[in-house]
Amino acid sequence: MNPTIAHNITEFAYLASIVLFIMSLKWLSSPETARRGVRVGEIGMAIAILTTLFATGIIQYQWILIGLAVGGLVGIPLGLVKTTAVPQRTALSHSFGALSASLIGISEYYLHPALTTKFGMVEISLEVIIGSLTFTGSLIAAGKLQEILPQRPITYKGQNVVSLSILAAAIGLGIALMFHPGFTILFPIMVGVSLLFGVMLVTPIGGADMPTVISLLNSYAGLADALLGFVLNSRVLIVAGALDGASGLILSIIMCKAMNRSFTNVLFGAFGQVQAGAAAGKEERTVRSATPEDAADILKAASNVVVVPGYGMAVAQAQHKVRELYDILTRQGINVTFGVHPVAGRMPGHMNVLLAEADIPYDKLLEMDQVNSDMVQTDVALIIGANDVTNPAARTDPSSPIYGMPIIDVDKARTVMVIKRSLNPGFAGIDNPLYYMDKTLMLFGDAKSFVGEIVRELQGGHQL
Amino acid sequence: MPADFIISLYVFVLAGFIGFMVITRVSRLLHTPLMSLTNALDAVVVVAAMIIAGRREYELAVILGTIAVAASFSNAVGGFIITERMLRMFKTTGPKKS
Repeated sequence: MNPTIAHNITEFAYLASIVLFIMSLKWLSSPETARRGVRVGEIGMAIAILTTLFATGIIQYQWILIGLAVGGLVGIPLGLVKTTAVPQRTALSHSFGALSASLIGISEYYLHPALTTKFGMVEISLEVIIGSLTFTGSLIAAGKLQEILPQRPITYKGQNVVSLSILAAAIGLGIALMFHPGFTILFPIMVGVSLLFGVMLVTPIGGADMPTVISLLNSYAGLADALLGFVLNSRVLIVAGALDGASGLILSIIMCKAMNRSFTNVLFGAFGQVQAGAAAGKEERTVRSATPEDAADILKAASNVVVVPGYGMAVAQAQHKVRELYDILTRQGINVTFGVHPVAGRMPGHMNVLLAEADIPYDKLLEMDQVNSDMVQTDVALIIGANDVTNPAARTDPSSPIYGMPIIDVDKARTVMVIKRSLNPGFAGIDNPLYYMDKTLMLFGDAKSFVGEIVRELQGGHQL
Repeated sequence: MPADFIISLYVFVLAGFIGFMVITRVSRLLHTPLMSLTNALDAVVVVAAMIIAGRREYELAVILGTIAVAASFSNAVGGFIITERMLRMFKTTGPKKS
């Protein structure tokens, strides 16, 4: 094929892919059209790949085909993981994406290091630094979520100074390379230092901050790809990277707002450390506990029930029992909705997926604001495996570490029932005054078996 | 500043704006599928990896390019599969299927 014609065909095909990618995201605006979005995205990807195979002057195919085969073999099982494992799968895919972007940047540099212009060197360095740190950072995040690595934040004195010095070293090496692109020895050092920084960046973050971290790494992965687009003058990469980066950034902002924290606070102020002293001054407080029979009776008498699920529900594998509870209550004419806090689960929107998987209709999954405006008319708020997102101290106690965080106002419901294993504080190690309120009944036990027992009680009562 | 860079910058800024507009409209229910889908779309970086692996410019580039093809293509495959799977779970109230 004439090279100019081939080039034009490629550019037009990539343009078509970009348009399809944007349509794909646009159709995610509603669950009804979302699957069409995936289809369109797949078509866009197929167009881009096929065009590249046949119209870009590729002279050897065997390695590409091997790469595609390996990618397919790795990708299929990663597409079939359980919904509870989606957060770590996502973190892992951020690291794959960043790895890919870094490797391409690296091979672009070694093509002719001494001929790289100052400007080109800045682009490559920036791209490779961000790609490398996202690669290791995401691997650490995936390891934490998979619980291979400790989930608690790992911190030591002077950590931020050390971490930032390492980042400064990476940038310094990048600047040195800008003036002397031919000093090829500096390049692998810069890559190594960036990889190290990625580890240092994510290790001190953990627990409740994981949703924010995943979102941030998502936006870094997008940025790395967009920067690669600058290096290669590839507009399709720039657009795809910009879309991915924008998405990650928006999700990070939502997550930060949902926890009333800033980016710097998430990145440099390890959460869960704050509470060390606060548990000391504990006064004697009483809680009321109840049996499954009591809970069933109260639910039966209610007309509006809000269920507030947390990640604990998924850990206990209780979502299918919760679905049975939803069914039986709905059949008795009781209005059951679900109040989903933005940070419920381990990544943005995770809880919705877990509930949807249990066949709970998505029109019953309400956002925090919707649920809160109806809370005073709610007879029973049933909390399953959630803790901090229901803690009224966030509204009332300025000394609480979560003060100012938007919560689901379950304490405004007429009766509050909390299914919980024990009174141990949650993820962030913060005591919850909700449990000591007069209207609160504690249902001690495993979420799955407790909900199962309530369901059995309700069924028994129904049949008699 | 190279002219190519200016054009790229235009594309980047405009794409960023489109991204913000489109993504702020994505249903909050679907934020997890959103992340897996953008991940899959971002895997279009595979085209750059294929060119690196296929031009046979020098040995290291072929090795790095091949790894990059595998890494990014696994994101495309896995990302689309899991997004589709998750979206299929979202059902509304209404007549139940048997």
